[in-house]
Amino acid sequence: MSAQLLQISGLSKRFGGFTALNDVSLTLAAGERLGLIGPNGSGKSTLVNCMSGTLVNDSGRVQFDGHVLDGLAPHKRAYLGIARSFQLPRPFGSMSVRDNMRIPLLYTAAHRAGRQRSEPEIRDRTEELLRLVGLIDKSDARPIDLTQVDMRKLELARAMAADPKLLIADEAMAGLSNAEVDDILNLLMSLNANGISIILIEHIMKAVMAFSQRLVVLVSGNKIADGAPAEVIRNEDVVRAYLGQ
Amino acid sequence: MTAAATSEPTVRPVKIAGVSTPIFAVLALCVAALFYGALALVGNEYLYFAGYVVLQFVVMATAWNILGGYCGYVNFGSAAFFAMGAYTTVSVYTVITDMSKTLVGQLLGTIPPPLLLVGLIVFAGVIAGLVGLGMGYLTLRLRGVFFSIATLALSVVLQTLVVNWDFVGGSRGAYVIRPNEFPLLPGGFIGYLFVIMLLLVVVALTVARGIERSRLGFGFAAIRDDEVAAEAAGVPTLRLKLIATTISGALMGMAGAPFPYYIGYLQPASAFGLEYAVNAIAMPMVGGTQSWFGPLIGAVLLGSFQQWATVSISSVLNLLIVGLLLIFFVIVAPNGIIGFIGDLSRKRRLAKLARAAIGDGVRP
Repeated sequence: MSAQLLQISGLSKRFGGFTALNDVSLTLAAGERLGLIGPNGSGKSTLVNCMSGTLVNDSGRVQFDGHVLDGLAPHKRAYLGIARSFQLPRPFGSMSVRDNMRIPLLYTAAHRAGRQRSEPEIRDRTEELLRLVGLIDKSDARPIDLTQVDMRKLELARAMAADPKLLIADEAMAGLSNAEVDDILNLLMSLNANGISIILIEHIMKAVMAFSQRLVVLVSGNKIADGAPAEVIRNEDVVRAYLGQ
Repeated sequence: MTAAATSEPTVRPVKIAGVSTPIFAVLALCVAALFYGALALVGNEYLYFAGYVVLQFVVMATAWNILGGYCGYVNFGSAAFFAMGAYTTVSVYTVITDMSKTLVGQLLGTIPPPLLLVGLIVFAGVIAGLVGLGMGYLTLRLRGVFFSIATLALSVVLQTLVVNWDFVGGSRGAYVIRPNEFPLLPGGFIGYLFVIMLLLVVVALTVARGIERSRLGFGFAAIRDDEVAAEAAGVPTLRLKLIATTISGALMGMAGAPFPYYIGYLQPASAFGLEYAVNAIAMPMVGGTQSWFGPLIGAVLLGSFQQWATVSISSVLNLLIVGLLLIFFVIVAPNGIIGFIGDLSRKRRLAKLARAAIGDGVRP
């Protein structure tokens, strides 16, 4: 068993009287592919936000790669190697697709590498990533001119540009066709083959099952299952949560 | 490399292309020198009086735009920073005239006014920059309109302080007597003030353009577009916003420092005047907020128009006209003149791409 990359213990988050996450604990091994599923409103995105620092958890703690993350700003967590895509794409609207990639390259990637890339290096890396996700022909387009699918690809490419250790893909495949889902899956698999741990949050069960080595299920802010995908989806609680009594 | 070769057809001039910042500074200096030469040839002293105000607004608009246009944080308190610069000058001037028996007063009194003014501009820049930093630290956790309201409050607080501060004249105001003569340049001391403001314009534009093309500028733009996504991409948003408020505040303070010499008699109501807050916002909005050229063009157009309107129509109607223009631009061309032209060319390019995709034989 390889070393733990991510350790979440006793994480809770409340919004006023609503408990979005209740005492959630979770570990992720280096190089692991984890699927995170749950009905809408079950706290998946809140968990992502607590990991990446966009939200501050009320209690519990998050450890990543030997660092305690509590209290760290999102950009510091990015420097440690956590990258995420957003569930609703959040491109930098005034910039071209190419310049969208420039932001993580100039900041997170430069910080992680300990040096700034030169202009030609930035261009090469940008084109490499855009080719990988199939956006190279739209390098000069504005996000507003992209389709939803392309925006999701941009979201993923921008997260990858940070050279992360852990990639959290928050519904990167919603609204994609079967072929496109396969494209993204292959992409994630090849990233993982290069040593990047991935947490995949997804509703498309076919994709989750094909991708995950381990499956975690959140329902109403509680973790109700954690284990091998084939076993988890047979779990009574999980079936009840998804299909009703 | 094949990667570079195959991508060549899609490469458009990216932001990084173009002359480097030092060369831009030299070019800007040359343009400024030509402009000054042309005015000196005309030889009308009124042109320096009117031109000074326009140039001062170029600096104000450029400074506002570094925070407002690049980062997307709308500052309603520009007048406060301008006034801070002006009152830095008034304070030092008062030390020289009213405290001429003290050592500090005597020392400062020995500095010739033209040189003193340069020192004052730097000093005002430091003070206003520090206040900008402090204001930023207190308010930048607020987003959007709440930040803007906080800057407005800062303006009110500072004006109240100045009104009740007797040393700088309180609500009565203070006289700053400018020397009549300045032997080296045509136009006397006003001509000198004009040159100083022209140099400040060069400084402000160089700073703005330098930021725009730098890592810092991309960070600013990311903050403006989506702060949460910017953080996730590794942009230290709070630090960058503090840098922006500091630079923006410093430039505004520098624009205000020579003002008491220009106006001769400074009242809180004129230093904190609505016209600074309004113009500092309106000029970049009219010109375009996404590049250094927008505030320049907006300030030159609106500023010159106001100078003309003041003498030919009415000095009271000035701000009314600015307000109407602002409304017009917010509705018709929300990205200003530069943005409007950019949008047109973008649409044309998209249409061309679409036509190419459909094939030339198809007519809509």
